[in-house]
Amino acid sequence: MSVNELFKKDLKVVNIGLKSFYNDLKSQNLTAVHVNWKPKAGGKTRMVSLLDKLKKMN
Amino acid sequence: MIIQTIVKKNAYYDSVTLMLLSRELKKLEGVEEILVGMGTDLNIELVQNLGLFSGELESITSNDLFISAKFDETRTNLEAIEAAFVEQLNKTDQKEADDDYQPPTLKSALQYLPDANMVVVSVPGQSAADVVDEALDNDLHVMLFSDNVSVEDELRLKQKAVNKGLLVMGPDCGTAIINGAPLCFANAVRRGRIGVVGASGTGTQEVTVQIHQMGGGLSQVIGTGGRDLKEEIGGLMMIQGFQALIDDPETDLIVLISKPPAASVAEKIYRIARQSAKPVVIDFIGGDRAAIEAVGAIACISLEDAARKAMAKLNGQKVADFVGFSLPEAEIEQIVDKAVATLKPDQTELRALFTGGTLADEAMKLLGGRYAIYSNIPLSPEMAIENMPDQKGHLCLDLGEDRFTRGRPHPMIDPQTRTEFFRSHVDEQTAVILVDVVLGFGSHADPAGAVVDSVREVRKRLGKVGREVVVVASVCGTDLDSQNLERSVRALESEGVIVMPSNAQAVRLTDRVFQRLEKGN
Repeated sequence: MSVNELFKKDLKVVNIGLKSFYNDLKSQNLTAVHVNWKPKAGGKTRMVSLLDKLKKMN
Repeated sequence: MIIQTIVKKNAYYDSVTLMLLSRELKKLEGVEEILVGMGTDLNIELVQNLGLFSGELESITSNDLFISAKFDETRTNLEAIEAAFVEQLNKTDQKEADDDYQPPTLKSALQYLPDANMVVVSVPGQSAADVVDEALDNDLHVMLFSDNVSVEDELRLKQKAVNKGLLVMGPDCGTAIINGAPLCFANAVRRGRIGVVGASGTGTQEVTVQIHQMGGGLSQVIGTGGRDLKEEIGGLMMIQGFQALIDDPETDLIVLISKPPAASVAEKIYRIARQSAKPVVIDFIGGDRAAIEAVGAIACISLEDAARKAMAKLNGQKVADFVGFSLPEAEIEQIVDKAVATLKPDQTELRALFTGGTLADEAMKLLGGRYAIYSNIPLSPEMAIENMPDQKGHLCLDLGEDRFTRGRPHPMIDPQTRTEFFRSHVDEQTAVILVDVVLGFGSHADPAGAVVDSVREVRKRLGKVGREVVVVASVCGTDLDSQNLERSVRALESEGVIVMPSNAQAVRLTDRVFQRLEKGN
């Protein structure tokens, strides 16, 4: 969807990160969903890089 | 005193929640120092710097939560600290709409909300590029609030977005209003015919707020992140946003806001501006006026001036530089007279304590070469704060800059950093304290109240040595913001703060006071 097409729609937001941003959207009755995000592979750098390699191989 | 740590495996909370919790827990009886955080490298370094490191942290991952505390074991214990932590966390949760379904991934979120069109990303910087990649792969526009994203990632993501006709607003993008929906740190403003593309957060907020206060409204406010107009990124998002506003039938006039861009980037923007059938107002704060006017765009001397010129042009009125005050000159003189009369001859210094970086930058540029001002974002390298001799001289700080926000929330969210600077950097030689008060979504519930508390405290302290101090403020906010413009102004004025209607006017008034002081009252 181009930027100008976006301008014609109701904004519908997926929020990933600080939950306060989601709460602000909900307080204005905007459509939003908050992702209960966690760092990939528990944030372990080596595991993340192995997973990335696997993803690329697939 | 002993140091003890609790580690909770696989318990993820966002950094702002935990930083605010740390601050609350530090108030506990017997606790000298405490840090609650996720086990990221940055937090572990912070724990070491605070002298709170213990063996439990050696095998921690960034998916684990820790509480490290130094406390007096005769007055409290780890169980009591943990109980207080749980209690505070429950309080936070109760404030939130927690009954809503929270999918664990973007993929599952899109099953739940298949017609989503925007992803707001504020995860830690090292994870942000992955999240944005996935959003772009799903043809979604992105607002990227996270900082600490590499220039290489920014360029790659923005190129990918441009190829797909999508927005990547950021990294480090604080404010945007898309289709009337304020994202992250935006003010509540009415909708209207003016479109804005801004590379600087509080600069964009100030312009949108001023347009609202003058009776105007905003069609779209697109953020780009502060690095967008640097050579490396080439202005990809400003150009993308600019073009979209040119093509948008709901936008009649376009305002562009940024610090001065790289020459090659400015050229690209000027080329589009020259061809635009819609009027274009450009505030490249302190930038090249002649170059802007040469392409038929309207150049500005301040953020307020940008808003005024946009409104004048839109309403078919004369467009002229606004160099003065909203109040009549005689009233301004009276305010200056009254302020200067309270000061002693050796009160000569400025303490400008800003929460908004662009507002601090604008203040220094408007004060021009007339004063030597030390800063953490200095106009020239020799005026860096490190070169300030024994805290003597004028000082203007951007308290939201990285060095002041390590391990603590941005001062727009939590005013504590500024409260501490009121204590440590205002002294008997201070003549004027200049502050911004930024309202809006994302900001503290009562930033004016926090300034009032600090001013009261500083007046009490200086009063003991027979001194007063002049405090000048501007409030970046509207009547529609939850903190409310009028209520905030009233609270500040009741504490004797001189409240001006814009940052530019607050700076100009400060300038008048110093001009008068230099003349010897």
